[in-house]
Amino acid sequence: MPQHTSLISSETTSTKKSQRTLATFMSDYGIMVAFIALCVVLSIASPYFLGVSNLLNVLRQVSINGVLAIGMTFVILTRGIDLSVGSMMAFAAIVAASFAGASADSALILPILMGLGAGLALGCINGVMVARFAIPPFVMTLGMLSMARGLTYIYSDGMPISSLSSSFLWLGQGTVAGIPVPVLLFAAIFLLAWFTLRYTAFGRYVYAVGGNPTASRLSGINVRGIIFAVYAISGTLCGLAGLMIAARTSAALPQAGVAYELDAIAAVVIGGTSLAGGKGRIIGTLFGVLIIGVINNGLDLLGVSSFYQQLVKGAIIVVAVMLDRSREAND
Amino acid sequence: MSSPTLLHAEGITKSFSGVPALTDGRLALRAGTVHALCGGNGAGKSTLLNILMGILKRDGGTVMMDDYEVHFDNPHEALKAGVAIISQELEPVPEMNVAENIYLGREPRRNFGLIDHHAMHDQAAELLRSLELGLSPKTKLGDLSIADIQMVEIARAISRDARVIIMDEPTSAIGENETELLFKAIERLKARGTGIIYVSHRMNELFRIADEYTIMRDGAYIESGSMVEINRHRLITTVLGKELNEEFAKLNVPSENILLEIEGYSRESAFQDISLQLKSGEILGIFGLMGSGRSEFLDALFGATPVNKGTARINGNNYQPRHPADAMRSGFAYVTEDRKGSGLVMDASIKRNITLASIPDVSRFGLINEPKENCAALPFLSKLQIKASSIDMPVKQMSGGNQQKVVLAKWLQTNPSILLLDEPTRGVDVGAKREIYAFMSKFARDGRAIIMTSSEIPEVLGMSDRVIVFRKGRVSGVLSGNDLSQENLVKLSS
Repeated sequence: MPQHTSLISSETTSTKKSQRTLATFMSDYGIMVAFIALCVVLSIASPYFLGVSNLLNVLRQVSINGVLAIGMTFVILTRGIDLSVGSMMAFAAIVAASFAGASADSALILPILMGLGAGLALGCINGVMVARFAIPPFVMTLGMLSMARGLTYIYSDGMPISSLSSSFLWLGQGTVAGIPVPVLLFAAIFLLAWFTLRYTAFGRYVYAVGGNPTASRLSGINVRGIIFAVYAISGTLCGLAGLMIAARTSAALPQAGVAYELDAIAAVVIGGTSLAGGKGRIIGTLFGVLIIGVINNGLDLLGVSSFYQQLVKGAIIVVAVMLDRSREAND
Repeated sequence: MSSPTLLHAEGITKSFSGVPALTDGRLALRAGTVHALCGGNGAGKSTLLNILMGILKRDGGTVMMDDYEVHFDNPHEALKAGVAIISQELEPVPEMNVAENIYLGREPRRNFGLIDHHAMHDQAAELLRSLELGLSPKTKLGDLSIADIQMVEIARAISRDARVIIMDEPTSAIGENETELLFKAIERLKARGTGIIYVSHRMNELFRIADEYTIMRDGAYIESGSMVEINRHRLITTVLGKELNEEFAKLNVPSENILLEIEGYSRESAFQDISLQLKSGEILGIFGLMGSGRSEFLDALFGATPVNKGTARINGNNYQPRHPADAMRSGFAYVTEDRKGSGLVMDASIKRNITLASIPDVSRFGLINEPKENCAALPFLSKLQIKASSIDMPVKQMSGGNQQKVVLAKWLQTNPSILLLDEPTRGVDVGAKREIYAFMSKFARDGRAIIMTSSEIPEVLGMSDRVIVFRKGRVSGVLSGNDLSQENLVKLSS
């Protein structure tokens, strides 16, 4: 009798083990599998999907959301949220454009610095208020969402700034070796962020602070400094996204980037980063960004109305989080 | 042996992701008795209790209540059948008052489904009186001590006519006086015919309150019997499955060299005018009831909260920490009483927790040197006998004792000279406890020292060279040598 039971239990153990490795695999690579599956379906549904020009087009379209989502990942890893990225991006775009008139053809550096600086400045305000004055991130960045938009209208007097210098436009429309500059910028920022979170002490602290701020502080970590830094990073990346969008559309529009924060948050969440902080990977965000981009593109190619695109995108966010939850319940 | 069996579990099995946690869970609880469920961390006690409570589903085996087999799919069904739990992690609604918490979800109703607050308060007052708990039904839960909240939980269980009450480490967060109150409440429950499953790592309590015992080890039933038929030594060796060495091994010898000197430390509404000296080689105990200011004092000493008044000197140098980082630079390390809340990053690996406080030591130009980090973390597994398959295992999968050792490892890695330990063995099993004691007495040598708080009197007496007693935020006495006795500790602290 005892022999019998031990036989059964060892058998169930081995099947459970293989389930477990499958579960681990899916939790590590599930999002990539989902992305590839999506690509396969779309390439069957539309012959244009896998074309080089279409794929580059997808990448160019996602690059701005990608840059915003990378900053958002840092913020969310610390248990925060940044609702102001769309507005900060618009502000940075207007500021940069105001220094990038067609006559200033030689000096590309000035509008770049002004755009990044504008984003950084607003990000620092978010950071100080959240880290030093303990304003809840949701409230602070909700306020900044409105304030930055207001500043954008004030600065531009509600008018778009166009006729930008050709060197500036290169940031959004140029190519290097056939690859669009925005895609290269997104790739560079992604690698930098991946490296930072993976290999640097700062990256380790971002995870620790999000995982347990009290334990982090008691371990001698400058928790406020880390929290300040992630909002400053998010702001600076909004500055970069502002440069990219102004250069791509050949004009800085004060109403640009409304609701962009939602796509950025969606990408981070689809990518498996926990809104509770401390858990998540930048590679997940990359695939979150790509999935959103590919769905928009694929539904476009298939002639599905943008109304349905929104519906599908929303459903995917919910399903992605649901899968995450059930995985955690199994842990 | 005459009272009827309330609950009978046999041959319970359960595995998680293919790893068996319980291979043979058994328990027979009789009416009007306290049944001690004993076993080390990882013996399968929690799994068995969670199955009895309907939190987990069993893979096999039977659970009978009153000779009927029961299957609880969730805690709600268990409660309806009369099984309630008073757990380590209490879950009250702090913004609601005592009566509202007791009747949460079953409030007495008037017409139109409105809550009948009068009836609810009257019923609650009646219930609290019958249990002789001096609590007002109108007090907000958030204003009560942990011990009082526990009493409210007990009242809540009784108001639901629970006949089986599971108490999981009920005294881990409360002091001596509150423990007495709890024991009185337990006696009254017994008299009413309630059966109590009692889990505690504190042997003294088991021998005081329990009538019967069941011992589990490695997920399986070992033996059960009556408490009067087993002695402390045999209980411990059966739980561990091996013989134990001396409980409090003392190797440290206090020197005359004063390492830390504190004068008039005060922090508004927490502690006042605390002065003490810590000698190198010394283990200084701080004893006090809940709310005596002992943890708050350690927080302040570590720079986690500010002090309003007072000075501190380390080796004669002024010490004024404004952040834990300052304290760490001065050689302090601080193991807090709340592992999960303030000690560990639960989702992170053993390795990342061990190096959490010493990242700069394993990195260069802001880049973490991973081979160096591995070399720093790995030796602690054997040094502190941490049971883990690898240093990349998440700490949330470990038992309490092993988690506590990870916290110790984190601080050893910073090479401290003064170790602050707040309740260092809370929720830790007997075996791991001894390993922690052995570690402490080894640490407090070569110019180093320990300040330890504990609410467990045997531990304070066994480990401390001197004990400072706190009462209501003030020092009420310093005991050493022959004055160090349970009597004096209780007298000075209450």
